[in-house]
Amino acid sequence: MLGDVLAWLGDHPQAFETAASRHIALSATALAAAMMLALPLALVLVRWHRAAGPVIASVNVLRTIPSLALLAAALPLVGTGFLPSVIALTLYGLPAILINTHTALREIDADVVEAGQGQGMTDRQVMRRIRIPLGLPVIFAGIRTAAVQIVSAATLAAFIGGGGLGELITAGMGTLNIAQLVLGGLAVAALAMATELLFAGLEWSVRRSTGAAA
Amino acid sequence: MIRLEAVSKTFPGAPRPAVDRLDLDVPDGTTCVLIGPSGCGKTTTMRIVNRLIEPSAGRIVVEGQDVTHVDAVELRRRIGYVIQQVGLFPHMTIAQNVATVPQLLGWPAPRIAQRVEEMLALVGLEPAQFLDRYPRHLSGGQRQRVGVARALAADPPVMLMDEPFGAVDPIVRAGLQAELLGILRRLAKTVIFVTHDIDEAIRMGDLVAIMKDGRLVQCASPEALLSAPKDSFVADFVGADRALKRLTLSTAGEAATSAPAGASAPVVSPATSLRDLLSLLLAAGADAAAVVDAGGTPLGSVSLATIRERAAARKA
Repeated sequence: MLGDVLAWLGDHPQAFETAASRHIALSATALAAAMMLALPLALVLVRWHRAAGPVIASVNVLRTIPSLALLAAALPLVGTGFLPSVIALTLYGLPAILINTHTALREIDADVVEAGQGQGMTDRQVMRRIRIPLGLPVIFAGIRTAAVQIVSAATLAAFIGGGGLGELITAGMGTLNIAQLVLGGLAVAALAMATELLFAGLEWSVRRSTGAAA
Repeated sequence: MIRLEAVSKTFPGAPRPAVDRLDLDVPDGTTCVLIGPSGCGKTTTMRIVNRLIEPSAGRIVVEGQDVTHVDAVELRRRIGYVIQQVGLFPHMTIAQNVATVPQLLGWPAPRIAQRVEEMLALVGLEPAQFLDRYPRHLSGGQRQRVGVARALAADPPVMLMDEPFGAVDPIVRAGLQAELLGILRRLAKTVIFVTHDIDEAIRMGDLVAIMKDGRLVQCASPEALLSAPKDSFVADFVGADRALKRLTLSTAGEAATSAPAGASAPVVSPATSLRDLLSLLLAAGADAAAVVDAGGTPLGSVSLATIRERAAARKA
């Protein structure tokens, strides 16, 4: 079996490379977009308590939608291809980053925050010098969760013409090419694990450099 | 100088004010201890001074300036602030923690570095050993010392201290109290100090302000409070042993008379409190003790009669 998979890979290096690089591009773009949306939004919600409840609740609803359903629902709204896939994947990764960041910034030890305010820090300085550095490990954990979710869900982008490693699986399924199908599956699994390891390493170094949470 | 004029605070939805038309005057260079049962409004009162809590009514005057409506952030940089849980920033070194306010004030780096070392030395922490460590490496007592150094760093004329020794064990606490008292006296700081421990209040305060239900019941020197409690609430609060507590306010050196103590009399140093001296006399079955200084020079004696005289409640 593994021999068949390797044989197929040897015959179609170009197809594999295209699918893999597309998968990485989809995931990286979606993760970057999710971070660019969720991180500032979390900062705003920490200051603007009253909006936090409803926003977090609606984002949680987003979280319960299965990834395939999200991609399918995006289809009539934004069409097919790379961009629609990125949009759907961004929405898929958003909740983990937003919720973790919001929690991380909110739940800093009240005494430490009070000490900062009592010494004469402005709200902005409390945010920059206390909340963000102390919240960083938890924020990073959210980014890690989102990254792995996005890499896994990007497999489904093939269903709406987004390409990626899912293409190998759907194509293999269609033509009953088991070797191609298994290769796609293994590659997605490997990529998800590599992502997990990479971000775990980053998170570990952040934890160490902030020195706090230990 | 800190003055509160008819200050009130009612929290939204609260049935009664947490602080109710409170007047308080803390003269320059003195320490005023706020004390009372929990919920009496002592911490709220203290936090009104640096406007961590905005008063509902009244006027706050610090160093002659009405600060009721000035920029609160700028005000807080002029007021040292120490809290019970210390609130050191766990992700910053001891040096960075102590540098907080000078940095916010935009001092040049060399001046901050020098100041940080001075402050650590002042609170009894060897700078070379502590500068680069993190709060989690320190004991509770050491953290509280850093908290005091941080509050003093920008040399604020006024300090607020909220149960600063509440989280350290009794033995460490006694030492810290004595050191802090020395530092505050030497630097002539004007201090509001919150505690729920009457012994600490008597030891630390030039003035002790007893609060109940958001109001000031009595504000007086420890001596006056113990000898002439205004009502039964104050009398109960300072405790049935208030005569003994008063004895802690005087030392053998102050009470010594020239009467001879007798050959077998116990010997004490002039710094011994009369309370400890009384205990010693009772234990030794003696009538008087000889007071002798560190150099061995006799300073006189203290007899049970002298102590009784001192302990008798004078009409203030």
